[in-house]
Amino acid sequence: MPHRSGASHSEGDAAKTQLIMLPGTNVKTLERVVIRFSGDSGDGMQLAGNIFSNVSAGEGSQISTFPDYPAEIRAPQGSLSGVSGFQVNVGKGVHTPGDEADVLVAMNPAALKTNLRYLKPGGIIICDVDTFRPADLKKAEYATDDPVAELGIDPARIMLVPMTTLLKHTLKDSGMDPKSVMKCKNMLALGLICWLFDSPVESVLRKLEKKFAKKPAVYEANAKVIRAGWDYGHNTHSSMPTYRIESEAVKPGTYTDVNGNTATAWGLIMASEKSGRPLFLGSYPITPATDILHELAKRKDLGVKACQMEDEIAGVCSAIGASYAGHLAVTSTSGPGLALKSEGIGLAVMAELPLVVIDVQRGGPSTGLPTKTEQTDLMQALYGRNGESPLCVLAAASPTDCFTMAFEAARIAIEHMTPVILLTDAFIANGSSAWRVPEEEDYPEIRPHFVDASRLEQGWKPFDRDENLVRYWAVPGTPGAMHRVGGLEKDIRTSAISTDGKNHEKMVNIRREKIARIANDIPELQVAGNPDADTILVGWGGTYGHLYTAAEELNAEGCDVAFAHFRYINPLPKNALEVLSRYRRVIVAELNTGQFADYLQMHLPGRRVDRINKVEGQPFMVREIVEGVKSFLGGNEGSINETGNTNSNEA
Amino acid sequence: METTEKQFVPADFKSEQSVRWCPGCGDHAILNVLHKAMADLGVAPEKTAVISGIGCSSRLPYYMNTYGMHTIHGRAAAIATGLKTARPDMTVWQISGDGDGLAIGGNHFIHAVRRNIDINILLFNNKIYGLTKGQYSPTSDRGAVTKSSPYGTTEDPFIPAELVFGARGNFFARSIDIALDTTKEVMLAAARHHGASVVEVLQNCVIFNNGSHSFLSDKERRDEHTIHLRQGEKMLFGKEMERGLVQDGFGLKAVKIGEDGWTIDDVLVHDATTPTNFLHQQLAMMDGHELPLAIGVIRDVASPTYEAEVEAQVEAVKGKKNFRNLRDMILSTSETWTVGGEAEKE
Ligand SMILES: Cc1ncc(C[n+]2csc(CCOP(=O)(O)OP(=O)(O)O)c2C)c(N)n1
Ligand code: SF4
Ligand SMILES: [Mg+2]
Repeated sequence: MPHRSGASHSEGDAAKTQLIMLPGTNVKTLERVVIRFSGDSGDGMQLAGNIFSNVSAGEGSQISTFPDYPAEIRAPQGSLSGVSGFQVNVGKGVHTPGDEADVLVAMNPAALKTNLRYLKPGGIIICDVDTFRPADLKKAEYATDDPVAELGIDPARIMLVPMTTLLKHTLKDSGMDPKSVMKCKNMLALGLICWLFDSPVESVLRKLEKKFAKKPAVYEANAKVIRAGWDYGHNTHSSMPTYRIESEAVKPGTYTDVNGNTATAWGLIMASEKSGRPLFLGSYPITPATDILHELAKRKDLGVKACQMEDEIAGVCSAIGASYAGHLAVTSTSGPGLALKSEGIGLAVMAELPLVVIDVQRGGPSTGLPTKTEQTDLMQALYGRNGESPLCVLAAASPTDCFTMAFEAARIAIEHMTPVILLTDAFIANGSSAWRVPEEEDYPEIRPHFVDASRLEQGWKPFDRDENLVRYWAVPGTPGAMHRVGGLEKDIRTSAISTDGKNHEKMVNIRREKIARIANDIPELQVAGNPDADTILVGWGGTYGHLYTAAEELNAEGCDVAFAHFRYINPLPKNALEVLSRYRRVIVAELNTGQFADYLQMHLPGRRVDRINKVEGQPFMVREIVEGVKSFLGGNEGSINETGNTNSNEA
Repeated sequence: METTEKQFVPADFKSEQSVRWCPGCGDHAILNVLHKAMADLGVAPEKTAVISGIGCSSRLPYYMNTYGMHTIHGRAAAIATGLKTARPDMTVWQISGDGDGLAIGGNHFIHAVRRNIDINILLFNNKIYGLTKGQYSPTSDRGAVTKSSPYGTTEDPFIPAELVFGARGNFFARSIDIALDTTKEVMLAAARHHGASVVEVLQNCVIFNNGSHSFLSDKERRDEHTIHLRQGEKMLFGKEMERGLVQDGFGLKAVKIGEDGWTIDDVLVHDATTPTNFLHQQLAMMDGHELPLAIGVIRDVASPTYEAEVEAQVEAVKGKKNFRNLRDMILSTSETWTVGGEAEKE
């Protein structure tokens, strides 16, 4: 998909993501396209989707993908509950996996039924008609033998492909057993998609060849099937338009496709390399955070020690031990685990030890919706500990931003001797996009705050501080620096334990001020969209892609909005309040009932903060934000009450 | 364990903090012995870390001139595990009370033992919650009358040794606060053992549970009610070492040598190193009533330690890979593509 400059996409309306015919050609160019692959868990939909998105990325498209797994580990084949989906958004200006699909690939009637609701009006369906057998239809709970009519699908928008027949025919001389033959069905779908999007089959084959390098026979079979899919599309649907997806000039470099959890793990490894501190992870499995543990457990090959402990408390506590021992210490979890870690995190606050806590947020409270996404742990991260217990809270904006923010969490923890909680969420943890593998010089050195020999000679005390109020790290093994730390309050001068009230108040204030001063060491808040608008749309964490796209669409439609997204939550960027106070209207959109809005409200006394909230365990749809913002802009200008409390308006 | 040639004295391990335990508390004696044991051990103060939870006994790290942490209630084992895994070169001691180690910290305790992390766990068993002023603990005897059990407890206690064996522990030793030599002996053995070593020290809380161990510890009665087990030696006890332990069916029996036809040859010889823990359990379960309470090293069996296995695995997998940093790892294990100028490089 070569980059086609300028020529082809209609001006900035929402329809640009739809399939638009260009005059005078039967190859149409799209700015971006959303494809949803759906089928049984065993149908290999994710592999097909991944190959397609990676090939597109290799051609210069941006990509964003999101898997949608069934809750059951092994649901019955062909059943509604067994359908899994994999959505990819490829093209230009891609920031989310897309609200709805332009093309739905459904490998059986169950997939068709459960995924139809994700299809855009006017979108195209590719379906295996060979699976419309009575038994399959029954499993998928159809009332008639005509799923297309029963679901009210326009026959002109569905390609009913006899995939199973084609597959058997293509591989009849391969000598493969029927089960292995069926495993190649995903490649038939992929071939069709390649045809539909005028995608170079050669690049796909190269990827496959690498994947099956050790199994040439499997590669040959799959390659044959892909070509068969492409040929089928070309020969039987030559009247149908095919599409070209736009590419974008991206920064030169080597790219890979990465999901948020892997990016988080890698960001920590980068921080370890940049700080010279070995990486230690203490963790306990919990959805959707476990893949961080999995990845770091593999990275023993880079010297990482990832320990599966007996519970979350042991996870954070082992990390505290490793931190005291001089390591870059991390614990990873989700909301219920963060609750268990509270007391341990408080110890790290009190002992002023570097510690990175990663919370991959999921639906709560309690066990809640383990596989679904939410932004509901913000207050827990900020305040969920006993006593005055300030720490640094960060939030990653996208799958690839998890890398940067994990690095930042480690940098701040080490350089400011504090626990840092990094909030990600199920959506960005499992979603993926193309990511430029960083070069050595892309990230700064992290400078551990070690106590040095001259300071030791001058009679160093464990809670002596520098001008940023940061204490020094004395790593066990260092002669002459033996010291004890703990959860008890200590004397401001001598560092010995103290119960003096006045002293305690001073120490409380110092610990708070230490965190506040981190603001001098983080980037300022940037304003995107139309900075001169009256209204600013505000978000934080994993909703970035949806909010950014919504702001883009609003501005394109003539609804002027500025847009600011927070990744540094505590402390807030230095300019944040000044920036927000420039706008007549501040609208916070978040996946909870208003936690960040309340937090901002607290920092913006007398200002009203409007809200767009959703707590359905699902990410925002761009449309919902666009509509939500419009409902605020639509005529009720007079209701802005400069001194009033929150006027919650839920979209 | 990194010992040095340098000679240490107990004062090298003593901090300047004044000790705050009640006068007469058994903790004083244990602390003094620990200073001495560390000096004998020959590991430098900067190579030693002492990690405690919360409780009277857990105040101990403040009195050590070593690295140390006074952490949160029950979590010392988990923190010590992290420290030792990160830094196998450090010699790590854990100080816990019976409440800290076996109630709130019970989960971490059994898992530290099972995992066989090389830490030395000193369990100060006063059968009471001292710091919170006298509630019963998981080692308090059934029926114990305390502030939170004014009519006596209605639950059975843990026997710490039994938990250790249940968690498949490889080192268990016991002493009594006033038996200074024995305490030092078992501390040294614990430190020299590779793996999780549990040392139970019966400790007197003069304020809230005074005399709870006195029928074992009183000078006049100690010889009759306890037996000091020593590797390779006959299991003899009594003032004149006139009594011994013999096999009796599947159990043990205390006999008087020369009575009822029992001879010295019938008396068992202690072997702490047998992999099977059957006899060790029986010895550890003796409570000083019918059979004497065992002190000394009861079990001391070598087995691979957690942190050494982690380290070895790291070295082994590193050796098999041709990358040394994150970027090279990604380039050699992930599907990548190149954008800009150069041809696609896969
Ligand atoms: C989370 C938590 N729960 C409860 C306490 C209160 N507390 C402190 S020490 C202790 C028990 C101490 O008993 P033990 O561990 O046997 O130590 P001892 O004082 O007897 O040496 C309790 C309940 C606490 N500090 N933290
Ligand atoms: S209360 Fe008991 S255990 Fe605590 S210091 Fe006093 S005597 Fe020792
Ligand atoms: Mg106690």
